Amino acid sequence: MIKSLKLRFILILVFLVVSIVYCLPNVVELGGVWKKYLPSDKIHLGLDLKGGMHLLLELDTSKLMDNIIDRRMNSLKDAMISDGVRFLGIDRKGSTIIVSIRPDQKEKLFNVVGNKFSDLKAGASKPEGDLLNIELLVPENQLASIKDNAVNQALETIRNRIDQFGVSEPVIVKQGENQILVQLPGVKDPQRALELIGKTAQLEFKLVDEEATARVGSGAIPADDEVLKIRSKNRETGVETTAPIVLKRQALLTGELLTDARISMGGRDIGSEISVGLEFNSEGARIFDKVTAENVGKRLAIVLDNTVYSAPQIRERISGGKASITGGFTVDEAKDLAIVLRAGALPAPVKVVQNITIGPTLGQDSINKGVLATLLASIFVIIFMVIYYRYSGIIANVALALNLIYLLGVFSAFKATMTLPGIAGIALTIGMGVDSNVLIFERIREELRLGKTVRAAVEGGYAKAWVAIFDSHITTLITAAVLFIFGTGPIKGFAITLIFGMIINLFTAVFGSKTIFDWILAKYKPRTLSI
Amino acid sequence: MMELIKDTKIDFIALRKKAFVVSGILVLIGVFAFVMISLGKANLSIDFTGGTNVQVRFAQKVSIGDLRRALTDGGIEDVQIQEVSGTGDFFIKTKLSDTEKESLTSKITTILSSQLKGAKFEVLGSNMVGPGVGRDLKKYAIIAIVLALLGIIIYIAWRFTFVSGIAATIATFHDVLAIAGVFYFFNKEFNLLVITALLTVAGYSLQDTVVVFDRIRENSGKMKSRDDFGNIINVSINEVLSRTIVTGITTLISLGAIMIFGGEVLFDFAFALFLGLIVGTYSSIFVASPIVYAWRQKLR
Repeated sequence: MIKSLKLRFILILVFLVVSIVYCLPNVVELGGVWKKYLPSDKIHLGLDLKGGMHLLLELDTSKLMDNIIDRRMNSLKDAMISDGVRFLGIDRKGSTIIVSIRPDQKEKLFNVVGNKFSDLKAGASKPEGDLLNIELLVPENQLASIKDNAVNQALETIRNRIDQFGVSEPVIVKQGENQILVQLPGVKDPQRALELIGKTAQLEFKLVDEEATARVGSGAIPADDEVLKIRSKNRETGVETTAPIVLKRQALLTGELLTDARISMGGRDIGSEISVGLEFNSEGARIFDKVTAENVGKRLAIVLDNTVYSAPQIRERISGGKASITGGFTVDEAKDLAIVLRAGALPAPVKVVQNITIGPTLGQDSINKGVLATLLASIFVIIFMVIYYRYSGIIANVALALNLIYLLGVFSAFKATMTLPGIAGIALTIGMGVDSNVLIFERIREELRLGKTVRAAVEGGYAKAWVAIFDSHITTLITAAVLFIFGTGPIKGFAITLIFGMIINLFTAVFGSKTIFDWILAKYKPRTLSI
Repeated sequence: MMELIKDTKIDFIALRKKAFVVSGILVLIGVFAFVMISLGKANLSIDFTGGTNVQVRFAQKVSIGDLRRALTDGGIEDVQIQEVSGTGDFFIKTKLSDTEKESLTSKITTILSSQLKGAKFEVLGSNMVGPGVGRDLKKYAIIAIVLALLGIIIYIAWRFTFVSGIAATIATFHDVLAIAGVFYFFNKEFNLLVITALLTVAGYSLQDTVVVFDRIRENSGKMKSRDDFGNIINVSINEVLSRTIVTGITTLISLGAIMIFGGEVLFDFAFALFLGLIVGTYSSIFVASPIVYAWRQKLR
């Protein structure tokens, strides 16, 4: 230990001043010059105290794989047709595409695959009668990187949506293989946020099969058609109804080619419908122009996540790449839809696997109760120590106070997150923190009983208690570290409090209290010790 | 000098057989509880089973029966409702979780507002965990406990002796199992916070054990009489007894404050720590040290 008392006091004071400076923003609002040069961060409150939303989303990667293989299969089909490969069937089984051809077409097929589909590998070819069934598959490592990319893309998309929605200090991180953790502190309308984040937002334009729609429910529909639900909303009552509608399976245009989506409040007439205006890029505009020109008179369905929002008739060819979606939206709904369309679709649907929502009332309740409990715990312990150890108890209490101030300072400085269990951790640190001083004081008493002088007893007490204090702190640190590594949110907060509390306690309860003792012994040279 | 106890000369080693019986019973209950937990037959929180927990606050008086009827009529049958006494707060817990179409929390709020017409309430918070997440959490909880214990054995074995490390670990297991047993029999909910409390108890119990071992180590060096190890242990425990009691009191004061004033969420957490403190103190005196003693006797 440092010999010079002065140096030791300076060290304690420096830490104290730094801690207080870091604590200040929690107590007073700093202004002017102060704000510029002093730290201004408050202690970071966890979601359980601040209120907000904690979401764990899981990307449906099997659905994603399905989509990707489907897309590959469709483009392979188109490529074979345009390159004149005659095939008798194309199908998929899991992640394998199976093409049935006559043996003489094999080379041509492999040429197409080799030139245009570098990510497809040829697997076994099995003869079936006079046909060959050729398996083409996407290699494992390629699948893995596709999955990985998809999760990253989903993360980016969700980040975009949240940024546009406007939440301060959101946390959006990847967790595990295909999960995304989203934390939205202080979010006001959790339900709306959830819908905004969780929506796949796959926008597609498909033609309506009028004939099949007319006889829906009776008899089969053509193989390249699909039955979806069309949604309509009564604008007076707000009641939503759905009806079946048959569409051509092939999407003529998708949301990928959008450049912008904005809410539009309609015309000036009262009651005109709120819609979301869409703007396509040049490629999208070209396709839209072509599609509308070829299908005048037919109905074009606007499909979002497999629900048809509207299916207006194409009256004339539409150039310029603009369209709009209507569907009896409220202003908020239309705003959110515009956000998700602008931010882009998620590569696959996401599932909410965990959703913790804490209202602001509950958070404030917890803070109040936690702070009250901690204050009372401190007061009781302080009183007990003074009654039991007299003046020495006061020294222990000074060490305890130092510990608390340092702890809050460290929390502010490291921007660590305080949670409800964290507050409990502070109360626990108070109880356990005095343990070091109890150990030391009991040792000093023993030394005094052996008839040693005050100075010798204090020296001996500290020296002998030190080993036990150090070892016990280390064991607690080991458990706290494990909790920190494996714990989630609130529990991490508890672990970090314990870790900081233990380390600081080694300094304040041993170094701090010893310094005070030494000062008193040097200054007053007492013959007896109040302990 | 104020002293709660003075110059005690309790023969702790002589009491070891009785203590082993008590501890044996505690451990058996704990093992039984542990088996039931593993089988999913204990009161596990939705963190582990998946499900939804919604906390609502009513402005006027509503009974649990009213709530249950409302929810059952609305189509949610498997539901546990708990009232925070003295407030209009209720915890509504069900094994159901969100579907792709709607979140369970909004379903519950819709049902409550349509079934209990005129009742004003506020959703204070909700927690939904999908069925798959619990499995991961269980796995992590187990890894965490095993790693913590391993780290501690290694540290204690290094600082003291290997036998001390084992003894300390047995004592720690004893404490964790005993608390798990008590929680099981009081039908208290096992949630992540309680698991955290168990690990903290492990840390605390070790702190106590280390203090006792430290004194035994010191006294063994001083006394040098190898033949009376039991006496060394007795003297050591008696010497640290006043520290044990004083620290016990200060920590119990802190935990008591959390239990009384810390609110519903922290109560079980503090309760587990409270029990842990008592059992941990007991075990460092009556389990850890006697094991070291018994081991030494056997070796001779």
